[in-house]
Amino acid sequence: MTEHRETMLSRVADSLYWMSRYLERAERTARLSDVDLQLRLDQSPGAGSGRWLGLLQALQVPAPENSPLDAETLTYLLTLDRTNPSSIISCVAAARENLRQVREQCGSDMWEQLNRLFLQVKSTASSDAGLLDSYVFFRAVQEGAHLFQGVTDSTMSHGEGWHYIQLGRYVERTDCVARLIGAHFGRLPHPMDQAVESEEYLEWVGLLKSCAAFQAYCKAHTAELRPLRVAEFLLLNPGFPHSVRFSVDMVHTALRAIGELTERKAEQPVRIAGRLRATLSFSQIDEIMASGANAFVDSIRWQCTQAHNAIHQIYFDYSVESALVA
Amino acid sequence: MTMPESALGLSRPPFRNYQFDGAYDEMFESPGVPRPHYRPLFQTLLDLPPEELRKSQQAADLSFLHQGITFTVYGNSEGTERVFPNDLLPRIIPHQEWRKIESGLTQRIAALNLFLDDIYHAGKILADGIVPKDLVYSCRHFRREMRGLNVPRGIYVSICGTDLVRLPDGSFAVLEDNLRVPSGVSYMLANRKVLKKVFPTLFRDYGVCPVDHYAHALLATLRALSPVNTSSRHEPTVVLLTPGVFNSAYFEHTFLAQQMGIELVEGRDLLVHDNVVYMRTTAGLRQVDVIYRRVDDDFLDPLCFQRDSSLGVPGLFNAYRAGNVGLVNAIGTGVADDKAVYAYVPQIIRYYLDEDAILPNVPTYLLTDATQRSYVLEHLDQLVVKAVGESGGYGMLIGPQSSAEQREDFRRRIEAEPRNYIAQPTLSLSRAPCFLEGEAQARHVDLRPYILYGENVTLVPGGLTRVALRRGSLVVNSSQGGGSKDTWVLRA
Repeated sequence: MTEHRETMLSRVADSLYWMSRYLERAERTARLSDVDLQLRLDQSPGAGSGRWLGLLQALQVPAPENSPLDAETLTYLLTLDRTNPSSIISCVAAARENLRQVREQCGSDMWEQLNRLFLQVKSTASSDAGLLDSYVFFRAVQEGAHLFQGVTDSTMSHGEGWHYIQLGRYVERTDCVARLIGAHFGRLPHPMDQAVESEEYLEWVGLLKSCAAFQAYCKAHTAELRPLRVAEFLLLNPGFPHSVRFSVDMVHTALRAIGELTERKAEQPVRIAGRLRATLSFSQIDEIMASGANAFVDSIRWQCTQAHNAIHQIYFDYSVESALVA
Repeated sequence: MTMPESALGLSRPPFRNYQFDGAYDEMFESPGVPRPHYRPLFQTLLDLPPEELRKSQQAADLSFLHQGITFTVYGNSEGTERVFPNDLLPRIIPHQEWRKIESGLTQRIAALNLFLDDIYHAGKILADGIVPKDLVYSCRHFRREMRGLNVPRGIYVSICGTDLVRLPDGSFAVLEDNLRVPSGVSYMLANRKVLKKVFPTLFRDYGVCPVDHYAHALLATLRALSPVNTSSRHEPTVVLLTPGVFNSAYFEHTFLAQQMGIELVEGRDLLVHDNVVYMRTTAGLRQVDVIYRRVDDDFLDPLCFQRDSSLGVPGLFNAYRAGNVGLVNAIGTGVADDKAVYAYVPQIIRYYLDEDAILPNVPTYLLTDATQRSYVLEHLDQLVVKAVGESGGYGMLIGPQSSAEQREDFRRRIEAEPRNYIAQPTLSLSRAPCFLEGEAQARHVDLRPYILYGENVTLVPGGLTRVALRRGSLVVNSSQGGGSKDTWVLRA
């Protein structure tokens, strides 16, 4: 009898990957909205609109054309607006739909957790909770996503499918954190090595919190915020799970594991991720900032897209002719 | 005069409003007197505060919702995913009664397979005039493409769900066979899981035959049907082919694939090259040996059957003909569960096995016969009329509950296409207590046991008891407001 190797359908891999990306995006949107709500309470009315545009830009959501951007519009747009594909409800629904199509691949605990999150979000959509109640909602989405991740890590076998989930999460995270950093540094130019003061301080706290990084940053560098240190922490910190470097490391690890499991080690996605990993491992923050944060994060994002496209071509949507030859 | 103690039970909750009518009652042999095998359940229900049961019901409903044990209702755009209602009170079948069902269904599946093999080869039964030729050849589900094709082990139907009902005297009869892609087995397993939680002690004390090995038995059956060409090469690769996430039974497809540990594939995951079926995996193409297909014949292969189908796999039929892949069930089995062919099953059993049918049929009027047709048309208000090729409770007229307009509609349809309909007397299905609105209420039920036929015939004890949840309704199909309950077959 030949050895039984686990197989994974391309469609299934694709669904797991996208499920994970959507859930990461939902969690991200919830976190950003949560942070924004806190900032809004502390700031004078009207101070937020610049940040809101940055926020929409980072989430790649087009600003509403025919209505002014106020707090309520923004919250609705980001949370419960079904016409916005990046709203929390759209992302959670898309994640669930992807998992539903492959639910035999994961344990029932995983499915139940995601299904429960979806039902919760849906019931919020049909109630008319006020703006301030949304705090509870944002927390619930983040917690729901964390729970799902926990259930996944502790119940699913860490095989190929699990690696696609990792891949989706960290590709999405790399892309989004890079965009947040780009948008923020573009909007608030500040001397790199001076501590941030008063007015702007909250905005910088906001950036860190958007990456779940404020407490971790404080532990490393105290509550004194210097743009250079913030950039270094968010871009190059090897141990913090929401830094770009950490995320790229995880993408690379997942791709290598998938390459081993499918016996496609030397293929393009692994190379792209490896190169990106090397860049982040050996770069100096002052060099990066000297040539502009934006240029750097753009190049990271470009390579991320390249890796994504390569994954798609090698594992999900290869041509039958090439496969038959092999 | 003193009442027997158990009869007093009827004056107490949850049985205070329990109704009796002419129908056979599963629990009571006469008002207030439970049948011996129902006594422990009856007593438990009297002792249990209804509040407890209500809580269990809520917990069960929520657990079904969270697990996504749902089915899809067609033709209803909003909220198409619906939880399949589950009732907490088990339906109990004594061992002896089950033994008879088991032997009856084993006999039936054997005969029906011999029948299919015969009509797709020599056609002896047709030549001998036991079953009319034109009845078979005019059947919409007869597949000319299958003529002369030899299927693995000569088995056409390996997965079958047969609907049984009780006749007024309490004996079981076959209402219909489902030989194409029967569904519902996942609910049988889900119901069992819930009931073990709700009545653990009662369950243990009753000594109920287990059903949890169904998935394993199914996998063994599927493997046994691997075509000869491939079975010597390696352990056969089995997949479950689903029409996709919008199919009404999608939950069941995922559930079974997961339980068996096989891949759940859609048509777009498969491709045929040189008459060999492959699935597209991340590591490249991998050959598939057996397909448990939950896709109807029509949609399997657009090159051979319905041309506009995107659910199937182009070239699949040729691979099947070439003996490079097994399909379960085989193509063309629908001819044997055509409701007009059904009327001949007792003769079919006698012809091939030289035995009397252990489980009788329900009397059936064939509308191609002029005398029977005129009788039926005169008595439409008393009979049930069914379209021969439909399932799921669609295309049905229930005479006593129909309007004059509906009867007129069916009269026209019957006269236009008599071959397309049959009629049966309106059976008052047996009734069993269900926990509804906080109390026990009597509802009509049927029974669908699942039969597997690979190396040998396997029945998992019990099956799905389907319940017509609407008061007075006789239709148990999930698409028509039906639910289900767990079925306990007793060990002794």
